[in-house]
Amino acid sequence: MNRIDAAFVRLREKKQKAFIPYIAAGVPGFKETVDIALDLEAAGADILELGYPFSDPMADGAVNQLAANRALQNGLNDEAYLDIVRGIRTKSQLPIVVFSYLNPIFKLGMADFARRAKEAGVDGFLLVDMPVEESAEFQETCRTLDLRLIFLAAPTTTPVRLQRLLREASGFLYYISRTGITGERAGFEENFEEKLRAVKAASKLPVVVGFGISTPEQVRAVCALCDGAVVGSALVRRTLDDKPFADLREELRGVARALISPTKEIWP
Amino acid sequence: MNPHQLPDEWGRFGPYGGKYAPEVLMPALEELEGFYNQVQGDAAFHQELDGLLRDFVGRPSPLYFAERLTELCRGAKVYLKREDLNHTGAHKINNSVGQVLIARRMGKKRIIAETGAGQHGVATATAAARFGMECVIYMGRVDMERQAPNVHRMKLLGAEVVPVDSGSMTLKDAINEAIRDWVTHIRDTHYVFGSVLGPHPYPKIVRDFQKIIGIETETQMQEKEKRLPDVLVACVGGGSNAMGLFYNFLDKPSVRLVGVEAGGEGIATGRHAARFEGGTLGILHGTRSYVLQTPQGQIAETHSISAGLDYPSVGPEHAFYRDQKRIEFASITDLEALNAFHTLCRLEGIIPALESSHAVAHALKLAPTLPKETLLVINLSGRGDKDLQTVLDTMTPESGSPGQQAVPKTTGAVKR
Repeated sequence: MNRIDAAFVRLREKKQKAFIPYIAAGVPGFKETVDIALDLEAAGADILELGYPFSDPMADGAVNQLAANRALQNGLNDEAYLDIVRGIRTKSQLPIVVFSYLNPIFKLGMADFARRAKEAGVDGFLLVDMPVEESAEFQETCRTLDLRLIFLAAPTTTPVRLQRLLREASGFLYYISRTGITGERAGFEENFEEKLRAVKAASKLPVVVGFGISTPEQVRAVCALCDGAVVGSALVRRTLDDKPFADLREELRGVARALISPTKEIWP
Repeated sequence: MNPHQLPDEWGRFGPYGGKYAPEVLMPALEELEGFYNQVQGDAAFHQELDGLLRDFVGRPSPLYFAERLTELCRGAKVYLKREDLNHTGAHKINNSVGQVLIARRMGKKRIIAETGAGQHGVATATAAARFGMECVIYMGRVDMERQAPNVHRMKLLGAEVVPVDSGSMTLKDAINEAIRDWVTHIRDTHYVFGSVLGPHPYPKIVRDFQKIIGIETETQMQEKEKRLPDVLVACVGGGSNAMGLFYNFLDKPSVRLVGVEAGGEGIATGRHAARFEGGTLGILHGTRSYVLQTPQGQIAETHSISAGLDYPSVGPEHAFYRDQKRIEFASITDLEALNAFHTLCRLEGIIPALESSHAVAHALKLAPTLPKETLLVINLSGRGDKDLQTVLDTMTPESGSPGQQAVPKTTGAVKR
């Protein structure tokens, strides 16, 4: 079974919610990315979104822009990225989703990169600027390789579009907590609960919420409504700090444990 | 191939174009397309637009016989389509007025736009001021410095100009930042895209608002010469002035169409913005086209002395008609553009934008090779007041002529 699907089956049995951290591959370094991923798993992360950098990340806030730049400056390319995946995979069965923009993957050759990613141990893809309507070919590639193709749904997504997304999506549906770019925020969108409930009711797939989630309280609020939470910038921000890696790891472990704890309660 | 049936319903020009946008934007793009299709058959909309183009913009812009340029070339008869004489000094206002009218019908309160040379920013700030709408313009820090007069104009018109410090701090980064604003304020904001770029329906909308350039050119040439022009030359950044001039002639095979890209310091140096010479197929800012990028698919740093041509991708419709061999492309270096700038100043008493100077420079190469009955039209897409500092920086006080080195620009992280 695909590791993403298996993760949600296991969580359902345990009546727990998914914690899905996003980190930028190659930040602060290549080997360090592997260590951080393994630490996150040890702290209770269920699925990893591993950011593949793009020079022009138009849906990202300042923190993830900076992280992508840092990764590229560090020389992160396709091989280095897949090495990180292999590094994680030698020690862990943590499901890994490639989170990126269309162009780098397109330029590398979508089918070819997907095949190499699968061989390295990747379980799914999420490409921010590939809407469902432009995804037919890659959809087929992913199906053939037993990779999950994850789509975003937004507060602006109409019911008609939502139906289409739900028909095409696999793995899980990623619901954006509010319109905007990635980054930490204090609150959710107006009518957030109502909208999320509607999405959840319409979806056979697990629904997780991300964009702007940075505190255990927000994670808890989201878990009450859906199947899990994605946290990105709140973790990535810390990986950009200039401090000894041992200290960074310790800090990240603490932050992750606090964020993960609500997801591992028993949710009816 | 009937050019008037493109793009298809999904925004494709053959393998180019499309609608590659984050999910948050998709409903807004559908809404925009819906309103745009609606106003097609709306006589009141067209009456209002035509009135504004006539009395506010100053259309039709003249088709001017450049007598001394023609004498210099000793070849084709050279005409200038004077888009520089439009209100705000460039062709950009044609599109800005049209899109702001649509935004009003959509009930949007807020207008945002990107700008490179500042001409699209000024045009959009102008249209927003005219209709009392809030306006925010994103502009790369490097472009704000080299096009300072336009920054002042936008502010005088009541727009907020937001400096963009990411990436190469030029047009592409301004677009990134405008998109970030749009996904955040999607409900009350319309993004006035300035070129034949971006996700569908923008390349079509911008082209349709600019095609008046070519339609007027045909009528005016018929009046003056009783026939069609033979050669049309226009600079191509995103490609809106070129597509505006060419579109009406795509199905008239006797008319040769020539687009001119920015050759920067020379193609061999790697410091240029000639997508058709150094680019490969890619997806940037919502559309599939030629992109200057690394083998890893990271967007490359571009260079041009003209901010408006300094962009790593090109309109998908241009890419399609290049494949069809209907539009041919050439490139002109910074230095050639500067020389053409001075030539036009001195021979015709017209100070052209550095963007348009690329078209002039290529026409100066082309015209001498053509028979004297050939009718050549240069799209003089904008005026050069905004470029004075850039040009003066390349001149020595004594000679008053351009120096050997165009102004170097140092930017960004990604090397090609």
